[in-house]
Amino acid sequence: MHELSLAESILQLIEDAAIEQKFTQVKTVWLEVGQLACVEQESLRFFFTVVTEDSIARQAKLEIIDIAGQAMCDQCHQVIMIATYHQVCTQCGSYALHITQGDGMRIKELEVE
Amino acid sequence: MCTTCGCGIGQTRINGQSMQSRHHSNTRLHYRPSQSAHDHAHKKVAAPVTVEHAADTLHFGTGIAGTHAPGMSQSRMIKIERDILTKNNQSAAGNRRYLAEHGIFALNLVSSPGSGKTTLLVKTIEMLRDRLPIAVIEGDQQTDHDAARIRATGVPALQINTGKGCHLDAHMIGQALQQMPIPDNSVLFIENVGNLVCPSGFDLGEAHKVVILSATEGEDKPLKYPDMFHAADLMLLNKCDLLPYLTFDIDLVIDYAHHVHPRLPVMQISATQGRGMQAWIDWIRAGCHRAAATGQSLQHIDSTLG
Repeated sequence: MHELSLAESILQLIEDAAIEQKFTQVKTVWLEVGQLACVEQESLRFFFTVVTEDSIARQAKLEIIDIAGQAMCDQCHQVIMIATYHQVCTQCGSYALHITQGDGMRIKELEVE
Repeated sequence: MCTTCGCGIGQTRINGQSMQSRHHSNTRLHYRPSQSAHDHAHKKVAAPVTVEHAADTLHFGTGIAGTHAPGMSQSRMIKIERDILTKNNQSAAGNRRYLAEHGIFALNLVSSPGSGKTTLLVKTIEMLRDRLPIAVIEGDQQTDHDAARIRATGVPALQINTGKGCHLDAHMIGQALQQMPIPDNSVLFIENVGNLVCPSGFDLGEAHKVVILSATEGEDKPLKYPDMFHAADLMLLNKCDLLPYLTFDIDLVIDYAHHVHPRLPVMQISATQGRGMQAWIDWIRAGCHRAAATGQSLQHIDSTLG
C-alpha cells in the first residue's frame, strides 16, 4: 500500500520541477527502481495512474529502469550481485554484506513539453 | 484519498483533527488561462474524512491538451535525479535536528499487528516513568484506543490516525512534534502502524527503529519481510514466556534475522512477565544519556554562537 505514498511523492517532485523548469505537460517519466527497494512495481504503476489523473502528468508513460542489487562482503571484500537481503557472499559464504547499490528509488529524467 | 485529485492526505488525523496538507504547493500554478485553475469543489465526504484545501491546491483538471496550440512547445528532456523519498527524508532531517537540539531520544517501534507493541510500551513506561520524562506518538489507521492505554499510565500520548495509510511518515511526525510539548531530555516512543512492510522505508527522524517480533509468529518472518529487519537497529523477541508452550525455534529466528542483518542485536523479553525487560530499559537509558549529552553540546554551541 505504501506505493500510493511513493506515487504521490513522484507527482510532488514532478510538480516542483514544473515550477522550476516551466513545463506544462509530462509525457514520460523514467524511474530507477532498485531490486532491493521495498516497492511492488505493478502496484506503483497502478497508483501512479491514479494520482496523476487530472495532474500535469496525466497519461504520462512510466518507464521503470531496474537497478540490480549489489553488495560488498565485509569479510572478503568481494563485490557481488544480490537479489535479496539474505543472500550469502558467493566467494566466502558470509552473510556480512553491505549494500552498495539497488536499494533506492529515484526519478531519473522526464520528457516534458 | 481525495477522489478528485488523488491526494492521500484527506484521512490522516492527529488526535482527531485533520492534518495540514503537504501534497499541494502553496504557490498556485496556472499552466493555462485562468478558467483551468479550479474546476471542481472538494465536497465534504462522510464525517471524519475531510480536508478543505481549495486555496493551496494545484489542480490541472481540464488538462493542457484542451487548449494546446500546435507549435507552442516541443518535447524536451529534463534531468531530475532525485530520490523519490526526498521530501520525506527532508522532513525526517528536520525532525532529527529538532529532537537532537532538545536532547530527545526517539524510538520508532515497528512490528506486525499483535506482536505486543502497546503492552510492551505500557510496561516500559511503568519501569521508566520515575526516571525519565516520556512522550508517546501512536500510529494506527483508526481509533485512539492505543493512545488511551498510554494516557492511562499518566504519560502524554498523541494519536495519529492514518486513515487508509499503512505507515507513519516524517511529515506526520513533524506535525505531531509541533502540537505536542515534549520536555527536553525525554524519551519519545513512536508506535508505528502495525505493519511489517511499509514503515521500513520511511525515516521519521528517529534515533533507531526497533523491530518487535513475538514468539507466536513464524521464525521465518525476517526472511519473509527482510526490509524491516534490515532497517532496524534492535530486535526485541517478545512473548518469550510462552516458549514452553510453542514450537518456536528461537535460535532459528535469530539466525534468520542475522542473515538479513548481520550483528543485529536481539533481546529476548516478555513484556507481561517482565523477563528481559531490564536489558531493554538499560538500553533506552543509555540512548537517553547520549541524546541528552548531544542536546547539551548543541545548545552550548548555539549559545556560544548566538
